[in-house]
Amino acid sequence: MNDDYVIVVDKVTKVYQSERGPVHALDRFSMKVKEGDFVAIVGPSGCGKTTLLWGLTGLHPFTSGKAYILGEEVGKPKREVGIIFQQANLLPWRTLIQNIYFPLEIMKENVDNYSERIEDLIESVELTGFEEHYPRELSGGMQQRASIVRALSYDPKILLMDEPFGALDAYTRDEMDTLILKIWKKTKKTIAFVTHRIEEAVYLANRVYVMTPRPGTNSAVFDIDLPRPRPEGITMERKFFEIVAEIKRTIVRDVEKQKKEGKYQSQAYSTIT
Amino acid sequence: MDIYEKQLQEEIPEFEESQQPEKMGELDLSSTMSAVKIHGWKQVLGIIAVAIFVIGGWELLIRIFKVPEFVFPAPSAIAVALVKSFHNILPHFLVTLGELSAGYAIGATTGLVLAAVLTQVPYLEKIITPYILLLITTPTIALVPLLMLKLGFTIWPRIIAVALASGPMVMINSVTGFRRTDLAKIALAKSYGATTFQIFTKIRFPLALPMIIVGLLVGGIFGLITAVGSDMVGGKMGLGNKLAYYSSLARMANFFAVILLVSAIGITIWIIFSSIGKKWASWQE
Repeated sequence: MNDDYVIVVDKVTKVYQSERGPVHALDRFSMKVKEGDFVAIVGPSGCGKTTLLWGLTGLHPFTSGKAYILGEEVGKPKREVGIIFQQANLLPWRTLIQNIYFPLEIMKENVDNYSERIEDLIESVELTGFEEHYPRELSGGMQQRASIVRALSYDPKILLMDEPFGALDAYTRDEMDTLILKIWKKTKKTIAFVTHRIEEAVYLANRVYVMTPRPGTNSAVFDIDLPRPRPEGITMERKFFEIVAEIKRTIVRDVEKQKKEGKYQSQAYSTIT
Repeated sequence: MDIYEKQLQEEIPEFEESQQPEKMGELDLSSTMSAVKIHGWKQVLGIIAVAIFVIGGWELLIRIFKVPEFVFPAPSAIAVALVKSFHNILPHFLVTLGELSAGYAIGATTGLVLAAVLTQVPYLEKIITPYILLLITTPTIALVPLLMLKLGFTIWPRIIAVALASGPMVMINSVTGFRRTDLAKIALAKSYGATTFQIFTKIRFPLALPMIIVGLLVGGIFGLITAVGSDMVGGKMGLGNKLAYYSSLARMANFFAVILLVSAIGITIWIIFSSIGKKWASWQE
């Protein structure tokens, strides 16, 4: 019955055993993503968004619940899934091009089969000519662009993006959002995008999942009824604002509700900004 | 299940500053690598000028006050002694160099391997660290007479002393290096399906390399000190032996000539590792 969906998340829960006792990060969160779709997951800081993506990548197991990628239950990291982290996470001792080839190197694949594809990708993110530079010689935006090329280098079907532009300044971030849409249109990947910036989520995604504060669980789902490709200046239009405001209201309501019940943990355990 | 998997399971993913590799560690002597950095001819001229001033002033003072050679030799006398008795000193130089190379090779390799293995097993690491600290704080020269009782007047007691002096230095610095677990980078490699071995060679080792190089440098210098000291304690050959011999005869020009050779070995060790550091660890700056 789930054949149409490449990502199926079914009531996943994650409890960490920290030194301060168990931390309930995710609570029975569910979602479904169709092939070629672009979904965003938003929620207040520390609500378990990163935990969800790391679990889907196979970096850590969920405490309970099940998750399927391309119909297979998530276990070990899969070749079909690429993750883009909060920070560019480039290896500082490697040049840009060596960083981009890193996944292929780990997978022991023949680099030559990919060189043309990678050259194209480098060009599309405007990094041509910087191949031999070390990460410390590149700006934050360039580093994050390189990490996108790295994630796309081995052509995974699904891209999981964990607040990839959180560390960038506002202008660079907007540029990166446009770039991601361009790449999505060109490569037809399925993308799950985690962010705490609601404007970004609405601008990028077809569908926005809202998570409650920790422990993160389903709060609401919004189908974004905005034209594709996104017209220029859409972020300044009334309809855009209305959707954003509606999502913000939902989050504020969730926080207020938890506060009233005395469950709200604020940032006590949060490390995610 | 290896330790990273456990960490990934039990730690909340975070990308704060604390996840970045730490720069400081116990016995972090990385400043020794960057202390001497020469930029431009002005600095070179300055360094040469100081050398001329010191050596010239020294020579001048000794000539003016007619200080006899057995009290303090002039630089010219040292140079003459070095050239004249070089053929005498050379075999001793080679013996010390041999002790140092053999002892260092054994000590450094053991130290590095132990560091790599121990950091994979935190429990073992905690148990062994006090003993390593004991080895570091014990002057291993003191063991040479003891070793000689067992091994006689051979070169082996001195090789063992050098290994015991340099090994722990290499080890403790490498341990600091291998302890820098950058969870985000390990997660990155894991997401591509990296094996424990790949994580070691492609993430942990390069991450540890700057500290390993510092350890190798410091271990080399400690090895040199121990080699020369052991020569003085036991054996008829070696630069340390020559130092004791010349000072007992008050042949101070020769004495200083030997010291010059010892320094030359030390400076060579420094040059080797700082250029390796420049090539392989410069990403850290």
